[in-house]
Amino acid sequence: MPGAARADDGTATQVRGGEPAVLMSGIRKSFGGVPVLRGVDFDLARGEVHALAGGNGAGKSTLMKVLQGVHPADEGTIAVDGRRVEISSIHDARAAGIGMVFQEFSLVPSLTVAQNIFLGAEPLRRSRLIDDRAAVAAAGAVLEEMGVDVDPRAVVGDLSTAYRQLTEIAKALAQDARVLIMDEPTASLARQESEALFALIRRLAARGIAVVYISHRMEEVYRIADRITVLRDGTRLLTRPLSEITPEQIVEGIVGKALDGQPVHRQVDGAGLGAVLLQAHAVHAPPKVRDVSFTLHAGEVIGLAGLMGSGRSELARALFGIDEVTSGEISVRGRRADLSSPRKAIAAGLALIPEDRREQGLVLEHSVADNLLLPVLGELRRGPLLHARRARERSADLIRRFAVKVADPARPVSLLSGGNQQKVVLAKWMGTDPDVLILDEPTAGIDIGTKNEIVTMIRTLAAAGKGVIVISSEYPELLAVSDRVLIIRDGTIAGEYSREQIADEEFLELAVQGATS
Amino acid sequence: MSTTAVRRATATDAVRHRLDWRRYVIYIGFVVVFAFFAVLLRDEGFLSPNNLLNIFRQTATITVIAVGMTFVIACAQIDLSVGSVAGLASVCAAMAIAQHGVVVGVLAGLLVGAVIGALNGALVSLLGIPSFLVTLGMLGVAAGLAQWITASAPQPILDDTFNLVFGGGDVGPVPGLLVWSLLFVAAGSIVLRRTRFGRQVLATGGNRTAARFTGVSTRRITFTVMLLSGLVASVAGMLYAGRLESGRFQWGAGDELSAIAAVILGGTSLFGGAGSVVGTLTGALLIGLINNGLILAGLDSSQQQVVRGVIIILAVALARKK
Repeated sequence: MPGAARADDGTATQVRGGEPAVLMSGIRKSFGGVPVLRGVDFDLARGEVHALAGGNGAGKSTLMKVLQGVHPADEGTIAVDGRRVEISSIHDARAAGIGMVFQEFSLVPSLTVAQNIFLGAEPLRRSRLIDDRAAVAAAGAVLEEMGVDVDPRAVVGDLSTAYRQLTEIAKALAQDARVLIMDEPTASLARQESEALFALIRRLAARGIAVVYISHRMEEVYRIADRITVLRDGTRLLTRPLSEITPEQIVEGIVGKALDGQPVHRQVDGAGLGAVLLQAHAVHAPPKVRDVSFTLHAGEVIGLAGLMGSGRSELARALFGIDEVTSGEISVRGRRADLSSPRKAIAAGLALIPEDRREQGLVLEHSVADNLLLPVLGELRRGPLLHARRARERSADLIRRFAVKVADPARPVSLLSGGNQQKVVLAKWMGTDPDVLILDEPTAGIDIGTKNEIVTMIRTLAAAGKGVIVISSEYPELLAVSDRVLIIRDGTIAGEYSREQIADEEFLELAVQGATS
Repeated sequence: MSTTAVRRATATDAVRHRLDWRRYVIYIGFVVVFAFFAVLLRDEGFLSPNNLLNIFRQTATITVIAVGMTFVIACAQIDLSVGSVAGLASVCAAMAIAQHGVVVGVLAGLLVGAVIGALNGALVSLLGIPSFLVTLGMLGVAAGLAQWITASAPQPILDDTFNLVFGGGDVGPVPGLLVWSLLFVAAGSIVLRRTRFGRQVLATGGNRTAARFTGVSTRRITFTVMLLSGLVASVAGMLYAGRLESGRFQWGAGDELSAIAAVILGGTSLFGGAGSVVGTLTGALLIGLINNGLILAGLDSSQQQVVRGVIIILAVALARKK
C-alpha cells in the first residue's frame, strides 16, 4: 500500500520495503485538559509523499508538532526507520532525521542563506571558529543538488518568498533530514515556482526521503501525493492511496458532511448589474502597474488572475492609495475621486482586505471586538468617550452576520483559526459599509469549509449591491466567485473574460500564462 | 559538486557586494567629523598625539561597556544597568583591595558584574520579564547599593599594581586603556562574527521563533548575553577605579546611554539580528571625538549636550534604510 504508483509520473522510483520511515501509534495530546489528539495512528513510507488533510482544529498541525518535538505527546509511541524514539524536544526530532519546512518560519532574515542553512551546526575550524568558507561551499552544494540557483551568501531578508522556502528545504536537507514536513508550501508561491517545488519534491522522494505534505489545495494534493490521511476531531478518519479516493470523498471526510468539492459559481439573483461604482482609466502606478482601465458595477464581482509578481496586488494597493498613482483617472460613482491615501480611499467608499491578514489585517493581540470596531470608532463616540453598549452591540452584530466562531469577543483574535480570523477581517471592513470591496487572496490557507462560506459571503455582498474585486491564485475559488475575470500580466490587463467564456480552470490557467491571447 | 558550487559563489561575489553607503555611514561620519575638527581646531592642538591618545583614554570605558552592549542589542535585548554596575564594581573592588589585596579585589569586582548580570539574565530569560524593565530596576538597585555600602564616600585605592594595570599604566607608548579597549573589541568581534555563540546571538535577536525551531536554546543565549554584559560592565568599573585610583558610586553613571548610542551609531540594529563590534568601536570613538572637539572649541557642557544629541540623531537618521 505505501508508495502507490503516481498517476502522472512513472519515473520516480520508489524506495520501498523495510520499515516505515515514521510510525506514530496511539498519539494522544491535550492542551489544558482539552484533548486535541485522541489516539492517532500515522505511518509514512520511505520515498512517499503523504498528504495530511483536515479542517481547522482537526489536529493535523498538532500531530506534526508532536513529530517535530515542539509539543511532546502525552501518550503513544513514535518509531523512525523501525526504531522506537523518544521525541521530547526539537533536538530529538532533528537527531531522528525529522526536518521541518515552515513557511519562512525558521529563517533569520538578517543572516545569509548559508548562515541560516547551518545555523546551530556551523562547520568549525580546528580553532573552534566558524569556517564560513566551508559553510558557503557546503550550502552551495546542497542548493546545487536541489537544482536551485540561490547565492549562498545572499541575505535571506532580500530573497523572495519562493527562495526563502527553498532555503528552508535546503536547511532541512543539510541537516540530513530523511523526513520532511511541509506545511502549505505553495501558499505564497507563483505557479511556476510551485511547479519547480513539485519537481523538487519528486526528486527528494525518489531519493527515499519521506514527505508529509499539508495543503488545503486539493488539486495539488492529487498532483504530488501518493497517499492521504484525513484527520477529524483529533482522530484518523482514513488513510488511502489517492488513486482510490475522489476529491469529493476527501472533502466529505474533512468537513464531515457531503458538499460540493469545490466552491460553485452561483449567479447573482435580482436585476444583475447596477450603476458604475468604480472606474479606472489609464492608471499608472510605477513600478508595476501601467495603463490599467476597467469598470466595476454595483452587484458585480471582478476576479483578477495573474502570476505572482504580475502586479495584481500592486493594482489593489494603487486603487487604495497605498502606492502612488502617477497618471490616469479613477472615478467613484461617476465622479473623479482623490484616492491618494488609504484614508481618502476609505472616505470614498473603498475597503481593501490585504493579502497577509496576520501582518496587515489584524492586531493579533487585541480582542475580536477591538479589531472589529477599529475602523468605526468614530461612529461609536459619545463625547470624547466610547459608547460601550453600542460598541458591544455593534461587534455582536458583526460577529453574527459573518458567522465568526468565537466564544467571547473579548478574547484575543490570535486564538481564532485562520478561517475565523479572515472572517473577522471581512466583518471589520464591512462594518464601514463600503461600496467597493477589494480582497487580496481572501482564502489563502483556509480550510475548505470556511472557503465555501467566504465565497458565499462575497456573492451575498455583491447581491446586496456592492462591487467586489477579488485577487486569487486559486482558480476554482476565483471562478466560483467572479462574474468577470481580468487577466493581469506585466502590470496591465492582458485579457478580459466573462464567466461564461471561461470553460474551466485549464482555460484560465492558459490565459494567465499568456497562451490564448 | 562542491567545487562547482564554490566557483559559482565566488563568481557572483562582485555583483553581490554592491556598495551600500548607508552601511558605512558611521565610518564616513567619523572621517568627516575628524577632518572638520582637524581643520577647525588646528590651533587648539586637536591633532597633537597627546590629545588623540586622550580621546582613546576617555572613551575606553564606554568602548568596553559598548562591546557587551553590542551583544545585548544584537540579541534584541537592552541593558540599562551597565553604568551603575560599573560604579558598584568599582567600589566593591576598592573596598576588597583595601581589606584583602589586589587579587581578591579584582575577583570581587568581577563577581559583582557576574552576579548582577546573572540576575538580569535569569529574570529576562526564565521569567520572561522584558529586559528594559529588569535592567531599569537593576540600575537603581546597583546604584543604590554602591552609595549605601560606601556611605557615599570615595574608596581610595592605594595598590599601585591595580592602578597601573587597570588604566593608569602604559604599554610602551600606548596607554593601557587603549590596550584594554582594543582587547575587548578584538575578542568581541571574533566571538560575534566567527563563533557559534555569536551566530546564535544574532539568530536569537533576528528571529527568536526561527532560532528556537532550529534548535538554538534562545533562553540560554539570552541569559549568557545578559551575564556577559554585566561582567564586561564590571571590568569597565575597574578601569574607572584604576584610572582615577579610587572606587566611587558615581563612576559609570549615565554610561548606559553613551554605550547604547555607540552601539546604534555603529550599525547594530536596535531590533536585533545584526551587529558589528568594530562599528561599535567607531561609534564610541565618534562620540569621544565630538566630546573632545567641543571642549577644545570652548563650548560649555550644556551646549555640548545639545550638539552631541543632534549629531547622534543625524547619524542614525542617515544610516536608516529607505
